[in-house]
Amino acid sequence: MSNRKFDIFAKGFFKENPTFVLLLGMCPTLATTTSAINGLSMGLATLFVLVLSNIVISAIAPLVPDKVHIPVYIVVIATFVTILQFAMQAYTPDMYKTLGLFIPLIVVNCIVLGRAEAFASKNGIVDSALDGLGIGFGFTMSLTILGMVREILGSGSIFGWKFISGDGLLVFVMAPGAFLAMGYLMVLFNRIAKKN
Amino acid sequence: MEFFLIIISAIFVNNIMLAQFLGTCPFLGVSNKVSTATGMSGAVVFVITLATLVTYLINKYLLVVFGLEFLQTIAFILVIAALVQMVEIVLKKISPSLYQALGIFLPLITTNCAVLGVALNVVTKEFTFGGGAAHMLNLGESVVYAFATALGYGMALILFAGLREHLELNDVPETFKGVPIALVTCGILAMAFMGFSGMV
Repeated sequence: MSNRKFDIFAKGFFKENPTFVLLLGMCPTLATTTSAINGLSMGLATLFVLVLSNIVISAIAPLVPDKVHIPVYIVVIATFVTILQFAMQAYTPDMYKTLGLFIPLIVVNCIVLGRAEAFASKNGIVDSALDGLGIGFGFTMSLTILGMVREILGSGSIFGWKFISGDGLLVFVMAPGAFLAMGYLMVLFNRIAKKN
Repeated sequence: MEFFLIIISAIFVNNIMLAQFLGTCPFLGVSNKVSTATGMSGAVVFVITLATLVTYLINKYLLVVFGLEFLQTIAFILVIAALVQMVEIVLKKISPSLYQALGIFLPLITTNCAVLGVALNVVTKEFTFGGGAAHMLNLGESVVYAFATALGYGMALILFAGLREHLELNDVPETFKGVPIALVTCGILAMAFMGFSGMV
């Protein structure tokens, strides 16, 4: 892999991390990270849509008239989201129930449309796929970290493996804990970014 | 009574922003000033109520009739996008002053997941209010639920903007500046709203 291609892939993890740096897609980030495994699943679901929609959009972008490009992109994204909904209903029905509304809401996740508009519509298919993979894995990583923090504090377990008996600080599994955990993680991220 | 319960539940107990996390991006984006937050709230109330009414009817009389429920996501997002455009054009013509107040916020609303979220919620989920049996909402209940939910969103947005205006004047540690301190504040606000749980 050439250096430039690697850069396209790697930027999603730190330099342009969608969650901590670009602050995109906050709704699923906060809502679905009640545990590490939920965060991971939501991240992978978004990754799936992101990569496929990036590939298709970079392929059709030259053919789409400028005036209607946003509606066309939204239809492409919504199509992949619907495919994902079917696949999850069939193969992982429990996870589909847990993530619930946030699977169809990937359509309005600003990360997906943002990458389509800012990257895929101007670059080739391979680059766009790499960009989708990088940003998607960056998003997955952020969600998993946030989910892990909330699960450790909130229920005293990690990926479902319980290391303390009884309940944790329940507030971290509920809504306020999402905001608090996210806020403090962001502080940590800023601090590391500043050091480098 | 039922309507009253729906309203209390949607505004306070299950506040769409502070308990369900829908519409977080604009929530963090436009909550710097009370005046912009008020404008955004007005636009959100308007669009959510209208969008839910239209998508409910489309779902019931078009998608369900022809067995096309799997198209809900695609159909709803297109309807919402078209609706927002239409509202923009109509407002510009019939009420320029209202357009001035809401105008810049309208295009933003298409990607506000609260709109699609509420529209999908009312046609896919069963609701229980005040110990009654779980049931799908009918048209009247859906519109009231959508309106109240949007009011709850607006209220949270304006409350939060008020808090952020005060935060501006405080000496916040360097790494907390901007979004992190806003998120922590939001967490405390959400904690306050947890006090309403169990009310309905």
